[in-house]
Amino acid sequence: MKMEIERELNVINSLGLHARAAVKIVELGKRFSSRLYLKKENREVDGEGILSILSLACSKGTTIHARISGEDAESFMQALEELFMNRFGEDL
Amino acid sequence: MTLQNPDENRELRGIAVSPGIIIGKAHLVDRSRVKIIYRYLIKKEQIDDEIKRLEAAVAAMENRLSELKNRMPEQARGHSYILDSHMMILKDSMLTDSSIEKIKKEKINAEWALKKSFDEITRIFSEIDDDYISRRISDVEYVVEGVLRNLSGEKQQNLNEINERVIIVAHDLSPSDTSELNIGKVMGFITDGGGKTSHTGILAQALNIPAVVGLESATRMVHEGDLLIVDGNTGKVTINPDDETIILYQERQLKDEEYKSSIAKTCHLPSVTIDGHHIPVRANIEFMEEVAAVREYGAEGIGLYRTEFLYLRSKGMPPEEELFEDYKQVAELVFPDLVTIRTLDLGGDKLGPPFKTTGEINPALGLRAIRFCLREKEIFKCQLRAILRASIYGKMQVMFPMISGVQEFLDAKAIFDEVKKELDEKGIDYDRDMKVGIMIEVPSAVTMADVLARHVDFFSIGTNDLIQYALASDRINEHVAHMFQPLHPAILRMIRHVVLAAGEAGIPVALCGEMAGDPRCIPVLLGLGLSDLSMSAQSIPMAKAIIRGMSIKEARLDFQKVISLGTAAEVHRYIDQRIKAVFPETIFPENNLRNASA
Repeated sequence: MKMEIERELNVINSLGLHARAAVKIVELGKRFSSRLYLKKENREVDGEGILSILSLACSKGTTIHARISGEDAESFMQALEELFMNRFGEDL
Repeated sequence: MTLQNPDENRELRGIAVSPGIIIGKAHLVDRSRVKIIYRYLIKKEQIDDEIKRLEAAVAAMENRLSELKNRMPEQARGHSYILDSHMMILKDSMLTDSSIEKIKKEKINAEWALKKSFDEITRIFSEIDDDYISRRISDVEYVVEGVLRNLSGEKQQNLNEINERVIIVAHDLSPSDTSELNIGKVMGFITDGGGKTSHTGILAQALNIPAVVGLESATRMVHEGDLLIVDGNTGKVTINPDDETIILYQERQLKDEEYKSSIAKTCHLPSVTIDGHHIPVRANIEFMEEVAAVREYGAEGIGLYRTEFLYLRSKGMPPEEELFEDYKQVAELVFPDLVTIRTLDLGGDKLGPPFKTTGEINPALGLRAIRFCLREKEIFKCQLRAILRASIYGKMQVMFPMISGVQEFLDAKAIFDEVKKELDEKGIDYDRDMKVGIMIEVPSAVTMADVLARHVDFFSIGTNDLIQYALASDRINEHVAHMFQPLHPAILRMIRHVVLAAGEAGIPVALCGEMAGDPRCIPVLLGLGLSDLSMSAQSIPMAKAIIRGMSIKEARLDFQKVISLGTAAEVHRYIDQRIKAVFPETIFPENNLRNASA
């Protein structure tokens, strides 16, 4: 069943959405069929392209709006939230 | 009259991974710019062919990147995100799809379309006010240049085509790059990526040439043919130095060489402290071929034989006979000294398809080393058979990596005993008294050291991983590499805990991380009670000189003070001051002192 989920995510890792974090988001996206879009300050980009993620320039403390649409949106969102919460495996 | 050069005397700072000073010409690898981009309009019926041409060039670049990634050894694991990001950039719709779109709509050739897409991305990135992110455009540039080279049919530059003595400047050097290297022509290495224990460092140390890694921007700042000064003691790189700087460094270079040769002369003397304690100094090696060089440096045996190489080379499972022959030769060559061999410390992802684990988000904490071996029992048994069979050809002991608790050791030991029984049944000879120990490199093993000590024959503290796990900082991540501090009080306390536990149980304990070879760490390690060190061969002469110049009694007193300090910086300050007081400059010259902090 196709659905769309939206959620606010906080960037809490100290490096922000830098290359390593962006790589992890793109990798995650490959595991789901749903599409991810990320929005910061009214600029929404493809959440599955490394360049577009980087271009959002999210430093630590930024809140971004994630929108996932597709059949496995729920599990995708859950995994995405975990990734953000775990600071992309980056620091304590 | 001299022309003003705006780039003169520009300094970059990185991580010193192989000591020495070198002045020479830069040679950029992999990023030689594609100078002319041909632009032409195409006819409507050529559009499909032009798209195919672009796709083929992208596919070739993709192959190259995945080849680089596959050949990356265990110790370079942390770099792979750079390669992953390059792969993702290559396939990013802002680059590839957008170029295809341009070929279709604007009827321009592939090179032109790609350049236009790149310019668009550059524009977006230049507006980002996060400096780190806007500089990632260099990664996009790297990928685009690779594709452009494929389009123009230009050959990827080969490292073995270098024909004058140069300093290699690269974004990162993969083992496949370095294996192609015309070694005689390389005076030093500098790279954007990498950390203290990266492949580049290990190679440079083996070649005895200076290297600085983690410079982040070397490939952007340095141009082909620039004059460079690489200071592998301090991690400083100077681009196009002025005359004064050159003279300054030439003096340092001379001093450095004098110092090295004076140390080398004494490296075969026994490592006995002033107050008469013998501290064996052993070598960490990766290949059987290193054994001869290791002797030259004055090592008393091998404290850590890493066994991953044969597995990486065969890209799969090497046959038992090949392992046996290799281990046997090492045992024979090192005899009468001791060889401590470590069982496989790899994850399945390095061993090819049947063992490939899918999507481990954090491989450093994943299925690797002893965990992998306990799951893939046959692989483990094959290696243990080879080790046991080789044990009669010299003096050997075996240890398991990444043990996190007692049960894991008991499980591994049970398999070891099973292999022994099978050899007995077949009447194959092996050393029945072979000692079985563990690496202490997981913080939980430190905590459990007193219990573990009752089960194992010896400990070897692997500080490279222990520091990384305990301080939760990836040593090859350029952004947190500075947090990888061997002299962090927490690390010193952990090591002391392990040493005390081993002492109570009456088992030997050695330390085999790079920390063991760090001049500034040695007095502290001996002060906290260690008496067996293993390090990279190149560090041995200096380590022995330091040991011969100090007394254990004093080191213990100093350690009382060190253990009361709260930060790594305080520990550094205190040690520096003590070292100045204790060691004459001939043993511990200023510039060698500075490099120890990295």
